[in-house]
Amino acid sequence: MSRHTLSVLVENRPGVLARVASLFSRRGFNIDSLAVGPTEHPEVSRMTIVVNVEELPLEQVTKQLNKLVNVIKIVELDPEQSVQRELLLVKVKADLTTRSHVLETVNLFRAKVVDVAPDAVTIEATGTADKLDALIRVLEPFGIKELVQSGMVAVGRGSRSITDRNTLRPVERTA
Amino acid sequence: MTEQVTGAQSLVRALEELAVEVVFGIPGGAILPAYDPLFDSQRVRHLLVRHEQGAGHAATGYAQATGRVGVCMATSGPGATNLVTPIADAYMDSVPIVAITGQVPSAAIGTDAFQEADICGITMPITKHNFLVQDADEIPRVLAEAFHIAASGRPGPVLVDIAKDALQAGTTFTWPVEMQLPGYRPSARPHGKQVREAARLIVDAKKPVIYVGGGVLKARAAAELRGFAELTGAPVITTLMARGAFPDSHPQHLGMPGMHGGVAAVTALQKCDLIIALGTRFDDRVTGKLSTFAPNATVIHADIDPAEISKNRTADVPIVGDAREVIADLAAAVKSEMDAGRSPDYSSWWRQCSDWRQRYPLGWTEESDGSLAPQHVISRIGKIAGPDAVYVAGVGQHQMWASQFISYENPYTWINSGGLGTMGFAVPAAMGAKVGRPDALVWAIDGDGCFQMTNQELTTCAIEGIPIKVAIINNGSLGMVRQWQTLFYGSRYSNTDLHRDRPQYLPDFVKLADAMGCVGLRCESADDVDATIEKAMSVYDVPVVVDFVVGKDAMVWPMVAAGTSNDDIKVARDTAPDFDYEMGEVVSEGGERS
Repeated sequence: MSRHTLSVLVENRPGVLARVASLFSRRGFNIDSLAVGPTEHPEVSRMTIVVNVEELPLEQVTKQLNKLVNVIKIVELDPEQSVQRELLLVKVKADLTTRSHVLETVNLFRAKVVDVAPDAVTIEATGTADKLDALIRVLEPFGIKELVQSGMVAVGRGSRSITDRNTLRPVERTA
Repeated sequence: MTEQVTGAQSLVRALEELAVEVVFGIPGGAILPAYDPLFDSQRVRHLLVRHEQGAGHAATGYAQATGRVGVCMATSGPGATNLVTPIADAYMDSVPIVAITGQVPSAAIGTDAFQEADICGITMPITKHNFLVQDADEIPRVLAEAFHIAASGRPGPVLVDIAKDALQAGTTFTWPVEMQLPGYRPSARPHGKQVREAARLIVDAKKPVIYVGGGVLKARAAAELRGFAELTGAPVITTLMARGAFPDSHPQHLGMPGMHGGVAAVTALQKCDLIIALGTRFDDRVTGKLSTFAPNATVIHADIDPAEISKNRTADVPIVGDAREVIADLAAAVKSEMDAGRSPDYSSWWRQCSDWRQRYPLGWTEESDGSLAPQHVISRIGKIAGPDAVYVAGVGQHQMWASQFISYENPYTWINSGGLGTMGFAVPAAMGAKVGRPDALVWAIDGDGCFQMTNQELTTCAIEGIPIKVAIINNGSLGMVRQWQTLFYGSRYSNTDLHRDRPQYLPDFVKLADAMGCVGLRCESADDVDATIEKAMSVYDVPVVVDFVVGKDAMVWPMVAAGTSNDDIKVARDTAPDFDYEMGEVVSEGGERS
């Protein structure tokens, strides 16, 4: 098994997320992470889907995804050739005795504190899954009270764009 | 063209512009606004069915018989959910139908309103696509898109769910409309390089098989297939969904592969060195145990749906494209190989295939209790009604016998539920086929189990003047299930006996036919079979139901048991074909065996 990152351009319409998610579940593919959001084109949304599958099932996933009428384009992003980021918000126990240690960790990981309470701080961090895992491991001894993490978003390196106008086909006319 | 109309009128106008000639359906609260203008339409005929499942299968029968998009209509909630089975059926068999359902008014959606069901959510995995329309202005565009999606590429069912308030609202009807389908690109022309590679494999092969699926019929490519087959001289096998795509009487036709395929077809596919798969999907019923399927074969797989290629069996040469174009291109490429002096030689393979065919023809044994053999009945219907009739089957033993013992010479003369295996398919699908081809003789070959699921549509047929013929192969049991109980469950017939010690005629199908405005006939002995069929054929104006009372112990052979290898095909119970014989020795005769 290996992890693959798929960038999926979809029409920005109600129900598209449900179509994609249900396709994965009914074809027996597991999603590691999924993130959806707007793009520079208001009519197009972008999903970043991380799946953990073999090469052949991956081909099936992309072919089946391509059959969804609302899916416009699918690109697999090579981890070496793309920037991949997740967002982490974590609430850690931090009283007067531990707070300075916690803050030191925050600085080491170039994370930041976004909320402070007398006995806890909330930390925001972005990065690859590996970096965020490392941060969590270091924070664990202080006591993690709550943790929330986004799906991964990713974009290819360089100047090329997968959402170029010419990749979105013009409308067809009926006969 | 621009008209001020209601959403409902806009819907009917769109159906007219899309040249829809018939809609099968039942009205109800949420779809009611659409039925008002439909009442006035001079171009769209509405047929009032008795159950929405009948509407869906009728749309499928119509589409399969004509190649046009079949249309069914139902109201929200239970009306829509009754369409689920036929929609799933059409999805599995890639049939272009459009289902139009009413939905509760927009403001009520999500409130568990009366007769509300999320039919878009429910049918998401069983439609090619579906739409929820809440704005009357979208109706013409969505209808145009729905028909385009249903009919193009790999065909399939599309559902259009329209909120009642969208049907009632004022709008403008404009035609033609611009479709907005940026993500829908049905595959383009077959790739020339792949086609040339395939042609090279074809002329180099020693033991090829042309494995033809329903996609060839969908692409209306029977003529191209014949030309290609005759050019190469390779054996042809037609799957359950492709019966009729290649004439059964053609010397190159080896028969049907699969769980109940013929020995020659199953064995040729299993032992070939090259599979030329055209518009087919290596279904488990054809391959048997996949890991042992055709172990020595190189695979050329042509299909319009890229997701089918290498889904079950890895393709060595994948070709994505419409079967008609693919076959035409393949023929041209093979021709140029031949012109360059590279002609195939399949003569020793043909000696082998012919021998299997001669040695193991399809046949049956008489019933030991002297009762009427179901295979005899079906075979006689095929002979008497002839190759121009359209045969529509339900699901089970009678379906397999109808695929085996009727000779299909023409495309679109065999309609059945292949992928989903939907019992109850035959009567409504035959109704739809007859509506689409009113001049054709349409015989439904049904089982008594199937018939009791959907026979109410015979009332529709009687009232609407749709004179189909129905042969009930009545063995008083759920025959195919009973066969499995015989073979795999120690003959313990749990809940497969439909009479349960009651009088034999329960229900009395002759009286039932009569009650529904049809002619009812019964036949119980082999001597009366021909006369009864001829009597049924002499009735032109109303539907005819013939109750053929047959033995219940007949089994479908050959058989490759589920999950086993095609190498383990049995020609009768515990009897495997003997491949270690002297060439030319005949072990059984075609037709009736005794």
